[in-house]
Amino acid sequence: MSVFVHRHSRVIIQGFTGQHATFHAEESMHNGTTVVGGVTPGKGGQQHLGLPVFDTVHQAVAETGADVSGIFVPPAFAADAIMEALEAGIGVIVVIADGIPVQDMVRVKRYALGKNAIIIGPNTPGIITPGACKVGIMPSHIYSPGRIGVVSRSGTLNYEAVQQMSELGMGQTTSVGIGGDPVNGTDFVTVLRAFEADPETEAVIMIGEIGGPQEVEAARWAKENMSKPLVGFVAGVSAPAGRRMGHAGAIISGEADTANAKMDLMEELGVHVVRNPALIGETAKRVFS
Amino acid sequence: MNIHEYQTKELLRGFGVPVPNGRVAHNVDNAATIAEDLGGERWVVKAQIHAGGRGKGGGVRVASSLEEVRQFTDEMIGTYLVTPQTGEQGRLVQRVLIEQACKINKEYYLGMVIDRATQRITVIASASGGMNIEEVAKTDPDRVIREAVDPAIGLAGFQCRKIAARMGLAGKQIGEAAKIMQALYRCFRDKDALLAEINPLAAIDEGRLMALDAKMSFDSNAMYRHSDIIELRDFDEEDVKEVEASGHGLNYIALDGDVGCIVNGAGLAMATMDAISFHKGRPANFLDVGGGASPEKVGNAFRIVLQDPNVKAILVNIFAGINRCDWIAEGLVQAMRDQDIQVPIVVRLAGTNVEKGAPILKASGFPFIMADNLDDAATKVVAVLEAAA
Repeated sequence: MSVFVHRHSRVIIQGFTGQHATFHAEESMHNGTTVVGGVTPGKGGQQHLGLPVFDTVHQAVAETGADVSGIFVPPAFAADAIMEALEAGIGVIVVIADGIPVQDMVRVKRYALGKNAIIIGPNTPGIITPGACKVGIMPSHIYSPGRIGVVSRSGTLNYEAVQQMSELGMGQTTSVGIGGDPVNGTDFVTVLRAFEADPETEAVIMIGEIGGPQEVEAARWAKENMSKPLVGFVAGVSAPAGRRMGHAGAIISGEADTANAKMDLMEELGVHVVRNPALIGETAKRVFS
Repeated sequence: MNIHEYQTKELLRGFGVPVPNGRVAHNVDNAATIAEDLGGERWVVKAQIHAGGRGKGGGVRVASSLEEVRQFTDEMIGTYLVTPQTGEQGRLVQRVLIEQACKINKEYYLGMVIDRATQRITVIASASGGMNIEEVAKTDPDRVIREAVDPAIGLAGFQCRKIAARMGLAGKQIGEAAKIMQALYRCFRDKDALLAEINPLAAIDEGRLMALDAKMSFDSNAMYRHSDIIELRDFDEEDVKEVEASGHGLNYIALDGDVGCIVNGAGLAMATMDAISFHKGRPANFLDVGGGASPEKVGNAFRIVLQDPNVKAILVNIFAGINRCDWIAEGLVQAMRDQDIQVPIVVRLAGTNVEKGAPILKASGFPFIMADNLDDAATKVVAVLEAAA
């Protein structure tokens, strides 16, 4: 098992014929992902990478039985593409775009109410269940099948943690990037709940950053509801207040937003907190063995 | 993206928010003419800089004569105004807003944000106006009213009346406040704002409500659909190096340490700074080269980092996903050839094409200090600095 995506997931790519989408769709297919087609409006009926191209997500779902979509369209069109996937009944929607207007996401989340779908991202490297399904842009070779669930806001810091784990022989059930935006599809709690319910996942690493209440809420939820050990790190101890550190969501707007404040609270709530980002792997190894 | 108070007020006036009569002045004569045109006996002269806390720094003054309007304008324009938010060096005042002064009976707070907890546009209001709302939230949280807006419905009339009543408004002020809230909401929504603050919203003569100070900031990711707001951007209010960096597709923020950082990805860039701090080093900057970093981009990153004279060593930390280590390595070698780089450089490469990247650095003959992982990199850069000191 795994969370959200697995070996039976049937994936379509929205914005399929674009350069990045093409490159990463091929990468995913080489790594065991079942890509069943894609959508590029106006190119319906064509073939791309040996797979059918559709004009609408609705058609793609009807013809291929797709249940997962990777959205590779530019930020200005991404909100519409997400709603199209929601309307077509896609269950897991992965949004790579960095730079979607925040209010677009506010409306998308309203539209998603009651639709029983998971939106991963935006501004995420995606999601990977190593060897079974990858929807995103992460370098697949650093991941390997295993027993640890990984969830992070940052992409490259996710790679960093996974590499540290790999060097110590720890693999992943699934790695989920929830993205660096202030309004995002899926929060930490949703992902922790899924890992807790997944029989294969034995422990979880959660990597957050400055800004917003998500990490502490997740720790609070975990204290009440989680039986599996949780290792946590929050990036940005050295970040100044009031400055947006690259990610749209990474800004310290109050005392509770700082990395240290979050890590202190997480520790109080029973999370195994790592203070040095270079020691995420080692800490995980120690806690989990 | 932030804009000036006078720009915010013009924008809000267009949406139907009552603001004082006033105009922006660029010099003393200009200021006096505006005051004369506005009429009345007292005027407020307000320095226009993006930082808050202007009143505390002498940037907001009430003039009782045209002479005083001239005098205060003269004292403000061309000087560096220091407020609690500007830092010691202050911010250059290039224009002032001249407004008719009005008698304030009571001050309220009205704001809007995109709240991370509700993930919606949320009204924040309080009967405690004129103060920092975060202070009020800390000392007297019950006095801060929050109301989330359903994006499919918009800010409903009943919500506005509920907020107004809790603010302690009564009679016709309730309807008046509701109109102001809905106007502010329309502006916030239509212009893709991230933050709007009317502080104070003041009850003036006969209880009329008016926005005496206003501040807005906008979502730069949405500015492609708001050419009118982009025009309001004032580059003089932004850090020169940060503007230059963003022109090269780099995300740079200056800090006050001595270890220059060149990293890909915002999260890893923060974590790299944290690792340096963990080893008692002090990062000089945050810099994210982003995805798809070309050799030129790497060169520009070096140029910008080295403009900071405090930088005594550089840590390059690349975990390539979308990026390629060989390209980064070529960029590093090129930068060493093109630029006079005297500081030691610690390099950590990982991810895509790492097996091609390291040999390029080695073959170049430049004295790169190679690191195996993040901890090794942070340790080495701090050690190099200590050895030099």
